[in-house]
Amino acid sequence: MQSVTPRKFADFSLAAASEAVEEFRAQPGALINALHKLQDTFGYVDEAAMTMLGKLFNLSRAEVHGVTSFYHDFRRTPPGRYTIKVCQAEACQAMGSEALTDSIKEALGCDFHETSKDGLFTLEPVYCLGNCACSPNIMVDEQVFARVSSDTFKKLSASLASNAAEVK
Amino acid sequence: MTRRLYIPRETTASSLGAEALVTAIAAEAATRKIKIEIVRNGSRGACFMEPLVEVDSNDGRLGYSQISIDDVASLFDADFINGGKHPKSVGLVDELTWFKNQERLTFARCGLISATSVSEYEQLGGFVGLKKAIAMQSADIIQEVLTSGLRGRGGAGFPTGIKWQTVAGAEAEQKYIVCNADEGDSGTYSDRLIMEGDPLSLVEGMTIAGLAVGATMGYIYLRSEYPLTRIILQEAIDNAKTAGYLGNDVCGSGKAFDLEIRMGAGAYICGEETSLLESLEGKRGQIRFKPPLPALKGLFGKPTVVNNVISLATIPVIMEKGGKHYAGFGRGRSLGTMPFQIGGNIKFGGLVEKAFGLTLRQLIEDFGGGTYSGKPVRAIQVGGPLGAYFPAELLDTPLDYEDFAKAGGMLGHGGVVVFDETVNLAKMARFSMEFCAVESCGKCTPCRIGSVRGMETIDKIVAAKDEKDREAQISVLTDLCETMESASLCAMGGLTPVPVMSAVKHFRGDFQ
Repeated sequence: MQSVTPRKFADFSLAAASEAVEEFRAQPGALINALHKLQDTFGYVDEAAMTMLGKLFNLSRAEVHGVTSFYHDFRRTPPGRYTIKVCQAEACQAMGSEALTDSIKEALGCDFHETSKDGLFTLEPVYCLGNCACSPNIMVDEQVFARVSSDTFKKLSASLASNAAEVK
Repeated sequence: MTRRLYIPRETTASSLGAEALVTAIAAEAATRKIKIEIVRNGSRGACFMEPLVEVDSNDGRLGYSQISIDDVASLFDADFINGGKHPKSVGLVDELTWFKNQERLTFARCGLISATSVSEYEQLGGFVGLKKAIAMQSADIIQEVLTSGLRGRGGAGFPTGIKWQTVAGAEAEQKYIVCNADEGDSGTYSDRLIMEGDPLSLVEGMTIAGLAVGATMGYIYLRSEYPLTRIILQEAIDNAKTAGYLGNDVCGSGKAFDLEIRMGAGAYICGEETSLLESLEGKRGQIRFKPPLPALKGLFGKPTVVNNVISLATIPVIMEKGGKHYAGFGRGRSLGTMPFQIGGNIKFGGLVEKAFGLTLRQLIEDFGGGTYSGKPVRAIQVGGPLGAYFPAELLDTPLDYEDFAKAGGMLGHGGVVVFDETVNLAKMARFSMEFCAVESCGKCTPCRIGSVRGMETIDKIVAAKDEKDREAQISVLTDLCETMESASLCAMGGLTPVPVMSAVKHFRGDFQ
């Protein structure tokens, strides 16, 4: 099984956020790039960054908020150590993703858009990972896992938890 | 002597352990003091074989399929480096009927070469088309594309050459080529396979499009669910730049063309071309009214070609071998080949490129080998979440744009999702409405509200106390679907009724 090392996010500060997105200043239409950059750096898009982004792109705070909230990818609160996305689309449904989803929710003790109590796993739905010949699929951070069963998920989550314990 | 072996660097292979496998094979070779070179090719598209390890032999490449790290020691014991027999041997890969019965034009190189290598790409005909295009007039390039009969492979099936003609004819100081790589339809992955396996074909196709219409800048709008694709594609773009195929002076032509990848952010609707343009401009991905057409007022208000990945990646072979050659495949108004993708409950799932006209049955039974579960096929959804559900009785429908539409379906992006007898179509119909509700951009009411009402109505149908009540609710659903179909601004709300009503039509018994 592929191992995944937990990502490390910086603590949010407005100064660090401004510095992270400065490279997009002159780029036409790069607000979404900037939001991605903030999320990659801090794990989420902090409310405090909205006004700063508005100034950078000559937009109102409301416009920045509108864009941020439109896209499923952008989080407004810090995620767990890992983000687990479980495919809900048709091809995975044809291979039992509904039962798999239930067992994952039960194993992690949380629903979609929530984080497990130990702070390790944030659970999200996703509609298609483009691996439809080997369903059902899940994605842990940026790594896809194919033909996942509730048993393989238990092994995977145990190995992810032990990786996270090693990497503080 | 150093032996070459091939292990794909590609999402499917990776999802089944290819990265750990590369490490394990390299370590085992070092321990045994055997010199090997591991080439990271793309996938050949036989997803069910991944990770597929191949080695060179005098007769061609020999394959070992579904290899895991547990097989590594026994592979070396069997001397697989020199083609030794092993329980997981599949023999000469090119000779396997699964590949032999395909007609690969767009995917001819995919899986054969190190994906981002310019020199390996050139060795198999790469950049021949671009060089030809450089020596041609804009109108002649477009004529070649018109001759090929190529229609947009993203789903709508609009003739690519006509779109190009419109942009070429528009007067503007700046024009754009935009590649729609927001492959969000469930059951489709051909865009990903070509971008991971032969990304330079997309780079070349976009450059040719730029020359044809007079655009100097191209954007690839890539969905964020494809992080590995992004890395591979960026490498390919960088390598093309270094080799002089992109930049201010493409191949010494004096013409400029450059490319940039822009990532999506998890919104299905951004696969709709006007939403995609909004998103590229850094806005909410809400659809635009048409007209004006993007061809005249597209990205940043400039004339823009918006084409799907497969359409653009097919341009090089059309220019290389000629539009006539390409049009020699297929039939009627569906010319050329289509990369079909078989997924869901399927034994041998993967990418099958064939001329239009084969039947669903040939695809699912001859290539796919039936269901993964071994149970009978009950339903097939073709063309993504907005495509119709077909019952097994329609398996003999030929796959081309017109015949498929006649049977009440649409080919879309060529994704084929198979369900066995355990599927409940009332549930799937409800899911179609739910998906529309989650992914609607919210601009028009029939889509935004209709999808929610659709879910509620399907719940009422299933919970109906008697047949009369059920019939009444079905007529509400039918009405609602007619409204969504005719009054929605784009295909999202307009086509969601297709899977819903096809489920009602063919699987009425599931709605109780």
